[in-house]
Amino acid sequence: MSGIGVAGLMLPFGRAIAAEELLTTLDVVKKKQLADAALQAATSAGATYSDVRIGRYLRQFVITREDKVQNVVNTESTGIGVRVLVNGAWGFAATNALTTQGVVKAAQQAAAIAKANAKMQTAPVQLAKAPGVGEVSWKTPIKKNAMEVPLKDKADLLLGVNAAAINAGANFVNSMLFLVNEQKYFASTDGSYIDQDVHRIWAPMTVTAIDQATGKFRTRDGLSSPMGLGFEYLDGASSGKVISPNGVVNYGLSYDMKEDAIAAAKQAKAKLTAPSVKPGKYDLVLDPSHTWLTIHESVGHPLELDRVLGYEANYAGTSFATLDKQKARFQYGSGNVNIFADKIQPGSLGAVGYDDEGVKTKKWDLISDGKLVDYQTIRDQAHILGKTESDGCCYADSWSSVQFQRMANVSLAPGKNKLSVADMIKDVENGIYIIGDGSFSIDQQRYNAQFGGQLFYEIKNGQITKQIEDVAYQIRTPEFWNACAAVCDESDYRLGGSFFDGKGQPGQVSAVSHGSSTARFNGINVINTARSLG
Amino acid sequence: MSIFTEEQSKAILDKVIKLSKADQTSATLSGSVDGNIRFALNNISTSGIVDNTELAVEVAFGNRVGTATINEFDDASLERVVRRAEDLARLAPENPEFMPAIEKQNYKSSPTFSESTAAITPEYRAKVAADSIGPCKGEKLIAAGFLEDGQNFVAIANSNGNFAYQRGANFNYTCTVRTEDGRGSGWVGRNLKDAADFKADADIRTAMRKATESAEAKALEPGKYTVILEPAAAAGLISFMMNFFDARQADEGRSFLSKKGGGNKLGEQVYDSRVNISADPWDTRAAVLPWDQDGLPREKMNIVENGKVVALNYSRYWAKKQGKRAVGEPGNLLMAGGDKSTADLVRGTQKGVLVTRTWYIRMVDPQTVLLTGLTRDGTFYIENGQIKHPVKNFRFNESPVIMLNNIEELGRPVRVAGDESSFVMMIPPMKLRDFTFTSLSDAV
Repeated sequence: MSGIGVAGLMLPFGRAIAAEELLTTLDVVKKKQLADAALQAATSAGATYSDVRIGRYLRQFVITREDKVQNVVNTESTGIGVRVLVNGAWGFAATNALTTQGVVKAAQQAAAIAKANAKMQTAPVQLAKAPGVGEVSWKTPIKKNAMEVPLKDKADLLLGVNAAAINAGANFVNSMLFLVNEQKYFASTDGSYIDQDVHRIWAPMTVTAIDQATGKFRTRDGLSSPMGLGFEYLDGASSGKVISPNGVVNYGLSYDMKEDAIAAAKQAKAKLTAPSVKPGKYDLVLDPSHTWLTIHESVGHPLELDRVLGYEANYAGTSFATLDKQKARFQYGSGNVNIFADKIQPGSLGAVGYDDEGVKTKKWDLISDGKLVDYQTIRDQAHILGKTESDGCCYADSWSSVQFQRMANVSLAPGKNKLSVADMIKDVENGIYIIGDGSFSIDQQRYNAQFGGQLFYEIKNGQITKQIEDVAYQIRTPEFWNACAAVCDESDYRLGGSFFDGKGQPGQVSAVSHGSSTARFNGINVINTARSLG
Repeated sequence: MSIFTEEQSKAILDKVIKLSKADQTSATLSGSVDGNIRFALNNISTSGIVDNTELAVEVAFGNRVGTATINEFDDASLERVVRRAEDLARLAPENPEFMPAIEKQNYKSSPTFSESTAAITPEYRAKVAADSIGPCKGEKLIAAGFLEDGQNFVAIANSNGNFAYQRGANFNYTCTVRTEDGRGSGWVGRNLKDAADFKADADIRTAMRKATESAEAKALEPGKYTVILEPAAAAGLISFMMNFFDARQADEGRSFLSKKGGGNKLGEQVYDSRVNISADPWDTRAAVLPWDQDGLPREKMNIVENGKVVALNYSRYWAKKQGKRAVGEPGNLLMAGGDKSTADLVRGTQKGVLVTRTWYIRMVDPQTVLLTGLTRDGTFYIENGQIKHPVKNFRFNESPVIMLNNIEELGRPVRVAGDESSFVMMIPPMKLRDFTFTSLSDAV
């Protein structure tokens, strides 16, 4: 958590504000007036298309360790971004001056940049149709606005969690609340005026156990996920729990942070004496709290069309899943592998009504019965795939950032036949059951990846035998997904995700979820990560 | 314009300090004009200029702290930001680890500014892109690159009368060149202070050559190899490790620098005796601000001396608790080496692997700083002092602590930027034995 960067004066987003200001919204009438002024200015400057995003991005961090609240930060960033298409080229400009004069100037700057870029453009931008939807609104279906919960309640919650972990034997515990509210107003010359109120919540923690005599230390991160939910996510409802055959409590749409802290303390201590894994081939049984990251890296990213085309070659990289593979219906995985993209799953981080270029969101298939069938596109890419409409994957992390193609929720569909985790494990002779996400790394074309985890359990002859340590598995993406032997049914389906998926230069972050049920992968290469420094 | 003079900055900060009713007040005024140009598929894709100035005010009532920021500087706005910070501080829980504002300091300015970088225009950026793309087009190569440059200023002040002001400049260019058939990939990166030292049309040749020469890669069995890491390949591993030089973590028993039975490894031999790492904000090759984010003065200091750890980072709180003197946290990383270039190291190698660049480096085990990642954009097999052929990329699982105990030879340090590090670094090319590659990657 030290990398979050909220200490001292180093504020990560926008200006810091008083807590009560987190509850206000900008007037929609004023937003429409400003948007119309910008659109009109863009058209007058020669734009054949333009869109406007007026954004108010609110964030609250509460950061604690053991019995101390280390920092509380409220930030706000408000402004307008104008994107215009002139002479077949894009131009973009942004300002925090929310006056008619300010937004008109931004529109004119964007048009001037577009005209300059058009001179060097080899092919004009082709924009798929996105029919105007008039004046509409959408809101994350939250039950409890986290911004309305008093700061004291949040601090008390985290300090209670920390105390529970310490009482259960932890040496150290860091916990945090990270709350996001994106108030986004989109307008375009297509005739859309879309007002959206997007909420997200994340409650990460790390529990540390130490054996001072041996100098060994181990951590166990919380098993929560960042979610597109309100504060109700932290209610700890029993309906949100899924209990593993060996008693580990996993969480779906509700999280009991204190219960998880107590378990984390005990499991972190157990890690100190757990035997080290013997390297070799194992059948892996992967919990959704782990699998989301493998899906993200080895399916979500390689099927982003801009990467496939080469636009990210200098930073995030390209993709092995080239367009010829889609035409040939490349066997990406086994017949058990059905992977879909969406921006609509309730509780997911990617769920919005419309994307950041006004396209209504939807669900679509990327991999069907193991075969590659589609990618993720936006309006100026859709024609490359012969599509007449965008997939709705456009996103900007701020009013001041230009919107571009970002990953939708990408999820592994549950198995169609009834299958519980216990029944899946019964058939495994020599395997490892992995819960929680850990270390992750993948090459620039998304072939070779390595993943760790939080909890590792040995499976012998259909039985979970003991907790083990020092596990990481290495994969080649197509072989890994073709080794998928079974996926549990929808009763086990849960979401994992990331608040900070990075992409682009200058870099932008986005939040994205990945769902799955527990899945089995046969014959995967496991390495032992223990080393000695002498 | 976002670059305020020292006088303008002082006038604003003086007003802020005077407006505050809190027990203590600290403020930072900073501004930058950053330009960028991005290109891919031999075409410019995006370009822009971001112009921003911001004032951050931190106030404390006792040990309750509040922070607020604003980007307007009229008297009413200054009053508003101070009152907001005060309101937040009154709402905040007490922080028993809060440290009061630092005393008045005498900072010695460092050479962080460059006229040539500050003078960069949109036309200059377009020419950098054109000079990168042009040579590639003629040789069936595809360029994708990014130039980010800027000028900035920072001014700090507090209610103890401390004040400082300094200007800076930054310039970072990277370009990936791929063969049209996607079988070869090369890369070049230049991190500079002075744009005048940069020649895109010359540097692009390095990436072009590596792209062409890496196209017929053969597979080598994974295992332990003698490697030559170019400075850009070593920088990611070294800078990752330096993030764990925190004294508190070590004292708490959760760092590779923790000692069995308690305490830390300060003063102990942790690396090969040829390892010397220092920090110096005034080093003209890699100058940084002479103060850290708390306003503490940075010092010229050894961090690793002849393989011994001689300095750890003590936060002001932890220094006080442990009876140590708090020093500004280093902003640069200067690793000493020899006089040889990467090419010289290759000439002196019987068998080995040359690594241009490392990628997607992540922690596997903090106990040993075991890191995993991959080679990228030009990996070559060396035999009898010559590059014999390109090899497929590898995944490595290696600890920089072990790596810096397996040194064969260190070359001449060069200035590099890490993909994911804020350190300004001088890193030598390094020849290392028994570097651990654990699997092959098909990625180009």
